[in-house]
Amino acid sequence: MRIVCPFCGERELGEFTYLGDAKPARPAADAGEDAVFDYVYLRDNVAGAMSEHWYHSGGCRAWLKVTRNTLTHEISAVEPAAGAGAAKVGA
Amino acid sequence: MVGGPQTHRLSNGGLIDRSAPLSFRFDGKTYVGFQGDTLASALVANGVKLVGRSFKYHRPRGILTAGSEEPNALVELRSGARREPNTKATTAELYEGLEVASQNRWPSLRHDFMAVNQLFAPIFVAGFYYKTFMWPAKFWEAIYEPAIRRAAGLGRAAGVADPDHYDKAWAHCDVLIAGSGPAGLAAALAAGRSGARIILCEEDFALGGRLLADGGTIDGRPAAEWISRTLAELGSMPDVRIMTRTTLFGVYDGGTYGAIERVNDHLPSPPEHQVRQRLWRIVAKRCVVAAGSIERPIVFAGNDTPGVMMASAMRTYVTRYAATPGKRIALFTNNEDGWRTVEAALGAGLQVAAVIDARPDVSPAHRSLASKSGFTVLHGSVSSVEGGKDGVRKIAVLLTGGARAEVEADGLAVSGGWNPAVGLTSYHRGRPKWRDDIAAFVPDGAPPGMVAVGAANGAFGLGACLREGFEAGAAAASDAGRNGNAGAAPVAEDEAFSLTPLWRVAGKGKAFVDQQHDITASDVELAQREGFESVEHLKRYTTLGMATDQGKTSNIAGLAIMAAVSGKSIPETGTTIYRPPYVPIAIGAFAGHHRDEAFHATRLTPSHHWAAEQGAVFVDTGLWKRAQWYPRAGEKDWLESVTREVKSVRGGVGFCDVSTLGKIDVHGADAGAFLDRVYINTFSNLAVGKARYGLMLREDGLVYDDGTTSRLAEDHYFLTTTTAKAGPVMQHLEFCRQVLFPELDVQLTSVSDQWAQFSIAGPKTRDVLKEIVDPAEDLSNEGFPFMGARKVALRGGIRARLFRISFSGEMAFEISVPARYGEALVRNLMQAGKQFGVTPYGTEALGVMRVEKGHVAGPELNGTTTASDLGLGKMMSTKKDFIGRVMAGREALIAPDRQVVVGIKPTDKVRRLRSGAHIIPKGQTPGPDNDQGYVTSVCFSPTLDQWIGLGLVERGRERIGEIVRAHDPLRGEEYDVELCNPVFYDPDGGRQRG
Ligand SMILES: [Zn+2]
Repeated sequence: MRIVCPFCGERELGEFTYLGDAKPARPAADAGEDAVFDYVYLRDNVAGAMSEHWYHSGGCRAWLKVTRNTLTHEISAVEPAAGAGAAKVGA
Repeated sequence: MVGGPQTHRLSNGGLIDRSAPLSFRFDGKTYVGFQGDTLASALVANGVKLVGRSFKYHRPRGILTAGSEEPNALVELRSGARREPNTKATTAELYEGLEVASQNRWPSLRHDFMAVNQLFAPIFVAGFYYKTFMWPAKFWEAIYEPAIRRAAGLGRAAGVADPDHYDKAWAHCDVLIAGSGPAGLAAALAAGRSGARIILCEEDFALGGRLLADGGTIDGRPAAEWISRTLAELGSMPDVRIMTRTTLFGVYDGGTYGAIERVNDHLPSPPEHQVRQRLWRIVAKRCVVAAGSIERPIVFAGNDTPGVMMASAMRTYVTRYAATPGKRIALFTNNEDGWRTVEAALGAGLQVAAVIDARPDVSPAHRSLASKSGFTVLHGSVSSVEGGKDGVRKIAVLLTGGARAEVEADGLAVSGGWNPAVGLTSYHRGRPKWRDDIAAFVPDGAPPGMVAVGAANGAFGLGACLREGFEAGAAAASDAGRNGNAGAAPVAEDEAFSLTPLWRVAGKGKAFVDQQHDITASDVELAQREGFESVEHLKRYTTLGMATDQGKTSNIAGLAIMAAVSGKSIPETGTTIYRPPYVPIAIGAFAGHHRDEAFHATRLTPSHHWAAEQGAVFVDTGLWKRAQWYPRAGEKDWLESVTREVKSVRGGVGFCDVSTLGKIDVHGADAGAFLDRVYINTFSNLAVGKARYGLMLREDGLVYDDGTTSRLAEDHYFLTTTTAKAGPVMQHLEFCRQVLFPELDVQLTSVSDQWAQFSIAGPKTRDVLKEIVDPAEDLSNEGFPFMGARKVALRGGIRARLFRISFSGEMAFEISVPARYGEALVRNLMQAGKQFGVTPYGTEALGVMRVEKGHVAGPELNGTTTASDLGLGKMMSTKKDFIGRVMAGREALIAPDRQVVVGIKPTDKVRRLRSGAHIIPKGQTPGPDNDQGYVTSVCFSPTLDQWIGLGLVERGRERIGEIVRAHDPLRGEEYDVELCNPVFYDPDGGRQRG
């Protein structure tokens, strides 16, 4: 598999570390235990396009949101995490 | 010349070099072949028919094919550490001095005692493993399995380490082409002329594919001329790489392909500094599969007799190698292509005994060839072959209409049609589709970027191969953005291909479907009767197609027979899933250079070379080599050395390289706020110039890592992690920064490799440091109090970071200098500290002192413990959110009966405490019901003069002073221990503050 890192270009799978589903968002501090439990443990078992977190560990250390088809491994989109790259101070 | 004449070698023709004789040994006997031979063709040229014994029945077997699909002619090549079992004689290149042994026979190939297995054939039927596994286990283990292991099998592994090197490499191209037959070369020509970067892989050592044996006319000239003209043109292009002896074996995601290059398998041993094989990962924008097709057998009784050979293989031996598999041969075919073998045999002056053609009609041209050449054409099928280890003697024919005939011949060529090599196109779980006109499966689509052409796509005519290859080559180049002028395609006629499907001829005697695994037609029928009708079940129940040849000559025949007995069509019956690798790949090739000391990278601490000079004993911790202790002359064991090191620190001063800790610079206006979110305790309120111990949780509430973090400036923290978690914590923090809290103004920089860090500990630490640090720096308790942290200048001007932190419990500092000064610092410490008796100490002494102080480390930070389990629950801030806060409050994680860290010491002061011993209440029987925890860390404490430890024990903190049992079934020990305060040494911490 090959992933096009927005910062480094097309690179081989071995440079990346997989985390998993990028959909769940970390609940607010006051969201309660159930919401956090869902965030930590509950995942959809997607057959098809899935948004996933990948880390360019062997490259620029950017966290990426990769849209991958779990049936074909085809990657349709790669975007950097909101805070990837230099900090956007004042942005 | 040694070894006598090559009795079955033609005096003219073939692509062999008669001026380069090569002698080789097969089962101890010397033979001679020529440069350009494979082992198989050299054996054929020497009249050797018996090459091996079969897997289960030890039946005599010969050479069936002339390629990588060979099921029978498997041999051991070379000897000693380079012995390589199960190698196909059909692909092994001959070289001077090649040593070959036949396999699976005892005492000799010709007199194989185990051939009696044939008499026990009924117990080896389909599913016999499953059936015999139902016998009493004892009988299986004691009698049956050892007997089978002796009787069944293939070659012998060398049994010692492979002395050769293997390489792994990457390559990139626009168009990757598999195969150098007419389709592959035409594709290369078109793509190359279009300007594409090309890699062409050919598993043979010669280029040309079937053209090498079958010839033909291309652009009005002999095929051989076209090959050399094409190779010359490709050779003149700048970006064409042609790799012979290279098999494309796998297709992976994103246009990545696996190929194995047999760089030096054709030499006795690889030349110095060269590899035997190279594993390629090729990234290609497009791939043209011109892998050809595989001729398939027809299943009949005795079809495994040596001398029965695929028709295309027989003519390959005759035309390419000028070696004759027989003097008087017969052909059994169901298609037009088989007749080319007759033409080749006649052309080489062989006698043709008869052609048995299963089709209703034979062309007038063939009829007149038969009458002109004096052989008969029999309409019908071969029902059985008579013969044995010396080859074919007689062929029984069942004529259309029911009459019987006999043919005397010493070789039988068989053609049941051709199966396109659909492996590569099906490796992404593709299922090939059935084509009735050629009675074969062809690719039905392919992985992205790949296309099959020529025979691999079911186009068997030479003209069609050239056309399809050329078009696909041009299209692939264009898809890759190369649009040069491809020029004119090569042109050739298409041969006729008429086929009447025939898979099996009924008859008496064993008729083999899978010759390598000894699976017969009746095994397939038995599987069907026993309900294993699906092809996937058939495969696993009978092991059909599961041998090293992956059923290249047998799978389709097996499923055709299954289709027939189950009353279904072949496409309804379907194929099994195709999986890489296409040919067996040596594990060594996958490992490449990553073996022995290069198995993984090795990280050396800045003081490593100095420590090695001191004779330090090193221990592997992850990738690191760390000094474990520094033995001195006269010390009888490690414990004596470690005890000395601990006493030196506690009573004087010592130092230890702690550079392996993960180190991260945290910069930015929000650095403090960021740390507040990732640690359970607060860092935003840490004063500049101060350090604080921090604990991180995972989001599920369990402890992740710990370490000391210092504030060096308003917007700059220096964070340390444990050695083991240096990488994972960096990744985790980057996730927090980039994904969870992108709004924070904070940047992370891994500086683990940039700083050499040493712990200097003991009451005389200041004395030593004063010799190192610039005299202007105030190191007094007031000027540099406990948990102080700041940048300092060293004597000579080098800038360092100094931290007054202590893992040992003594008055201690940690000092960081740029890594390149690490070794110099150590040497200076030794020199400056000499007058104070400074002692280097290793990880063992470090561990002893941390257990004495009750500090938790890896065995306690084990991924199952909470902050409270570690006795650090009070650190959890209630005034802020942090990673893991909510989940840490779950019922089970705050349950009062959790196992928590406690000190443990044997009541008998001379007893040795062992890690892993389980804790059982006194008077109770050990077992899961009474298990209350276990000992996590132990050491011999020189300070207390006894073995002590830490453990995770149920309600441990409430049970200080209780006597419990340590139960250690692994070592057969059980003894009383006392639960105690985990801080064994200086519990109020006066020493480290002093
Ligand atoms: Zn990157």
